[in-house]
Amino acid sequence: MLEAKSLYKRFGELVAVDGVSLTVGKGESLGLLGPNGAGKTTTISMLTGLIAPDRGQVLLDGQEVRSDTDARKQKLGLVPQELALYEELSAQENLRFFGALYGLNGATLSRAIDAALELVKLADRRKDPVKDFSGGMKRRINLAAALLHNPQLIILDEPTVGVDPQSRNAIFENIEALKANGCAILYTTHYMEEAERLCDRIVIVDQGKVIADDTLRGLYARLPTQNRLRIELLAPADAALQARLRALSSVRSVTLLSSALLSVELEAVEALSTVVVGLNDHGATITHLETERPTLEAVFLALTGKRLRDP
Amino acid sequence: MLTAFFAMVRKDLLVYFTDRRAVLITILVPFAMASFMGAVTGGSGGRSKISVLVVDQDGSPLSQKIGQDLGADENLELQRSSEAEATELVKRGKASVAVVIPSGFAKRAPKAFFAGGEKPELTLLYDPSDAAELAMARGILIQHVMQSVSQEAFSGQGGLAAVQEMLGDLDQNTAMNGDTKDTLRRLLTTVMDLNTTTTTTTDKPAAGGLTLPYTTREVAVFAGESRNYNGYSHSFAGMTVQFLLFLSIELGGTMLLERQRGLWRRLRAAPLSRGAVLASRTVSGAFLALFISTLLFAGGRLLFGVAINGSFLGFVLIAVAFALTSATFGLFLATMAKTQQAMRGGATFAVLVMTMLGGAWLPAFLFPPWMQTATLFAPTRWAMDGFDAMTWRGLGLEQALAPTAVLLGFAALFGVLAVLRFRWTE
Repeated sequence: MLEAKSLYKRFGELVAVDGVSLTVGKGESLGLLGPNGAGKTTTISMLTGLIAPDRGQVLLDGQEVRSDTDARKQKLGLVPQELALYEELSAQENLRFFGALYGLNGATLSRAIDAALELVKLADRRKDPVKDFSGGMKRRINLAAALLHNPQLIILDEPTVGVDPQSRNAIFENIEALKANGCAILYTTHYMEEAERLCDRIVIVDQGKVIADDTLRGLYARLPTQNRLRIELLAPADAALQARLRALSSVRSVTLLSSALLSVELEAVEALSTVVVGLNDHGATITHLETERPTLEAVFLALTGKRLRDP
Repeated sequence: MLTAFFAMVRKDLLVYFTDRRAVLITILVPFAMASFMGAVTGGSGGRSKISVLVVDQDGSPLSQKIGQDLGADENLELQRSSEAEATELVKRGKASVAVVIPSGFAKRAPKAFFAGGEKPELTLLYDPSDAAELAMARGILIQHVMQSVSQEAFSGQGGLAAVQEMLGDLDQNTAMNGDTKDTLRRLLTTVMDLNTTTTTTTDKPAAGGLTLPYTTREVAVFAGESRNYNGYSHSFAGMTVQFLLFLSIELGGTMLLERQRGLWRRLRAAPLSRGAVLASRTVSGAFLALFISTLLFAGGRLLFGVAINGSFLGFVLIAVAFALTSATFGLFLATMAKTQQAMRGGATFAVLVMTMLGGAWLPAFLFPPWMQTATLFAPTRWAMDGFDAMTWRGLGLEQALAPTAVLLGFAALFGVLAVLRFRWTE
């Protein structure tokens, strides 16, 4: 339903967005992942018509949004990165205002406000001024304000910045509920775990360019095969045990993570049984064994040679 | 589109009225300042009296008579005092002028009246910050002293003695030629006869003496019926103009703050035209400006008798036109800086200069001629002239048309500049 074609935007000498193309299908949830300054917010601004691209096109249901008042903008709901709310007004008054911007009024608007407040679980605080809310509650009202006109695509620009884990989880649940209702989601973040949890497909951007656009599984497949075992033993792993494992031809390396915890890298996953047999022969008892899981952080590192977030 | 437009206007008003303390200050501060300035510049009618001290070192009937006459003058508020006390009071600004009548005044003044000689010296002690009052007091003093001294010369005992003494001196005078002596002798003899006649036929000196050969009648001129000037009318208009411009700064600042807070991203993401967004601001700003103007003038009317003596419709036209000017001026201010903080300093300075040049503090007729012409480029001048015309000057609707048209022109100019210059993105 949303398609960006070769978007390009320059601010002075800085090329903020350099040929970004992406699509969001109906009901799909797309993550736009990248470090701070990668061009995510500028891309979002062009997708929502806040700024015009220097080059490229944004199509909504196959057609360009032609003016500020284009009715196609009704299909989009924007959740800005900032807490874009009137703090002096109550939650209800804020929602009444933002709903009216999309032409809602009367009973329709009241029902939309009720539904949005129910979704973000703030119906009982509807008459309280937003300035009295916690940061997490403000974030939830910030989300609710974009839902009133029942948009088909919700664009969320880092909606969990500065939010405590409990509120973050509440926001995730809200977004998952929207997904379940068939709403398409475009979610920008630099938190990998958020993209992993919420998104069907992920576009990774860095320095204004798309460096990957794939499903989570597809992105993981781009990593070199990770045949790494994490083995926890009942007793400490002595030097003889480590030497015995290293001596196995199918083992590339053995790392002692703690006294009874080992990380073992294999040539191939088929070598797993060889390691287990070797440990048994040495008299060691395995209490826990797992293969190490690939992460988006590892994907980003593999693609760009740098970390997604500053350590 | 209309739903969104009215929602934006309603939201602006809600945000403004939510902070009740700020609303109260917005009304009370200009009201207090207008009340003070109105009281200082003449109050609600009548003229203020000049505070004058009389130091009578002569203690003669003539000096007492002068004191009585000065005390009876409606322009003066008289107190008797010693010279030391008078000097101290004038120095401390408690009195504007002190008149010292020296010892021997009654004896020397009638003589000096006819033949010159040694003139007694009246000392005027004055507060240099009240030079205008000195001039007025001097004029009033001349009038009363001339009248009393001439009356004494023509009809008082002191005058008779002075004339007789002068006749004696004339015979001794060798410097004067014979013809002149004869002429002066005839004059003095005539005055002595007149004096003798009036003092023997009446119990007290005849009224009169030399007086000003005319009287004056001071009439304040207004359109229509005559009424008292109300200094509060000008001060309430002035403070309304000043504080509506301060409201403009608030309006512009709020816009910049909303952009900083990302609220404009939501507005721009909605299917709204930029024109509708700015027009809604203009309407809400103008409504608030009218609300404040109405409260200020209504308060002035209730407490100080500020009245719309001219055309009510003309007053409304000027109030609406200036409300629109201040609203679009607020939009224009929002284009002058990136942040609210950066805008405030320059905008406050600009507003104070515009207020001053518009005659909101001091009436424009006090300005030098070149400045009176130059200030026609300030919208505040037109607003002040218009409000003055419709309130205390009591002029008709036709006198409101030019200020209204000019103010609407300024409103349009600021609005167009705002549309052209406004930065829609952060």
